Amino acid sequence: MAQTSHTELARVVREHAGRLATALMHLTGDFAAAEDLVQDAVLAALRHWPTEGIPDRPDAWLFTVARRRGLDLLRRQDTYRDKLARLQWPVQPDPDEQLRLIFTCCHPALPRPAQIALTLRVVCGLTTTQIARAFLVHESAVARRITRAKRKITDAGIPYRIPNDDELGARLGQVLTVIYLLFNEGYLSTAERAQSRDLVDDAEWLASLLHKLMPTEPEVMGLLALIVLHRARAEARFDTDGALVRLQDQDRSRWDRHAIGDASRLLIRAGLLQRPGPYQLQAAIVACHAEAARWQDTDWEQIVLLYDMLLHLEPSPVTRLHRAIAVRYVRGPNKAMAELDTLAGDLDGYHLYHATRAELLRQLGQPDQGRAADARALDLTANPAEQAVLQHRLTWT
Amino acid sequence: MKYVLLFVDTEQFAADLEAMGPAERERAYARVGEWMATHRDKIRGGHKLQGPQTATTVRLDQGEPVIMDGPFVEGKEVVSGYTEIEVADLDEALRMVATWPGCPIVEIRPLES
Repeated sequence: MAQTSHTELARVVREHAGRLATALMHLTGDFAAAEDLVQDAVLAALRHWPTEGIPDRPDAWLFTVARRRGLDLLRRQDTYRDKLARLQWPVQPDPDEQLRLIFTCCHPALPRPAQIALTLRVVCGLTTTQIARAFLVHESAVARRITRAKRKITDAGIPYRIPNDDELGARLGQVLTVIYLLFNEGYLSTAERAQSRDLVDDAEWLASLLHKLMPTEPEVMGLLALIVLHRARAEARFDTDGALVRLQDQDRSRWDRHAIGDASRLLIRAGLLQRPGPYQLQAAIVACHAEAARWQDTDWEQIVLLYDMLLHLEPSPVTRLHRAIAVRYVRGPNKAMAELDTLAGDLDGYHLYHATRAELLRQLGQPDQGRAADARALDLTANPAEQAVLQHRLTWT
Repeated sequence: MKYVLLFVDTEQFAADLEAMGPAERERAYARVGEWMATHRDKIRGGHKLQGPQTATTVRLDQGEPVIMDGPFVEGKEVVSGYTEIEVADLDEALRMVATWPGCPIVEIRPLES
């Protein structure tokens, strides 16, 4: 079984690294030591498995490496050493232990980039090199971030525990933000990063793990549904030349109807818990698009309503921009333009604001102003796929 | 674990306090006293400091000691007091600080063991 595929390797490592971290953490109570041992085991796996094949029992393989290294590392700490020597694999992961690990990685006393790097390393089993490549930053910067964060966890007394009920809302919010940012980073990344590990896979895996561990949290369900709904349509977002295809032009037969159905049912179950939140609302908006058989069938009335609810919970100029786009299809371009005008101050530096204005200006019979707005949008985006769309529009319309 | 809570005043906070009538100010102090009483079992000591205009700073890394008027960091935010606490972990310290009724900024620093 030589030549193991890249994705398969990532999948197996992800499946087992977090569990190993949980077991080692339970044993040593030392976050930094457990994290180091897992990273060592993952690096060894990435060295051996591509040529030797993935072993039949990858968890036992990783465990054996970590234990050997641990016994060596902990030789001065007899209590851990004895426990580690006696530890038998497989250890059944306790769901609470997994949650503790996630909440520690995403503790609000750690800076956001460290929360992201730690979660990827400890929970998903990414190496420092993979994280650096995914975020286009220098490896030494990632390593420094992780070292500093681990030191702070120990020195500042950041606990390894599940937050109390009264803290849970805010702390869960931190975890969901980390997963959402990972997803965005992966989703928006372009072809240059095709060789790097797919962060979208990691984000979806984390969201579904969290859903398994906290099955009655509607916002976890909302985020998972949001990710699944985006992924279900990901293939149709690019044409064969790798150019971005607009929603109205996408070939909807390429959407994964099965996944869309699953996500919609998950959202309905979340709704029954009667604790609406931003992720559920965002997912519901995406579901409106995903469930429409044709572009013309899109339920824009419902979308405007959902944006109103989202703005009520989380006011933001970018959300108002998206709402204005929906308003265009319900109340016409004049009304949409009036809403955009109120956003000029907040969004003048945002390319989608100008691209949206350009479309409206053309519809309102002002092509010259439309071109100027597109040119402004082109100036403001660094994303090659979006640049190509705008360039095309400037050339042909 | 032991931590020191460093209480930090802002100009706005000082102005608000200044603008209060005596009765209102009394109530503000009483709320702080109440907080201290609630957390008595975790508090190991501490003090309110006199204002930054009373501070003197000495620099020792320039040959001879250099004595200067004022706090080490000149700014709109000044340390106005400290309290040493002993709690299980950072989360317990965070819970305590969440209900602090005084100045608007609190820095939590673990003590070296």
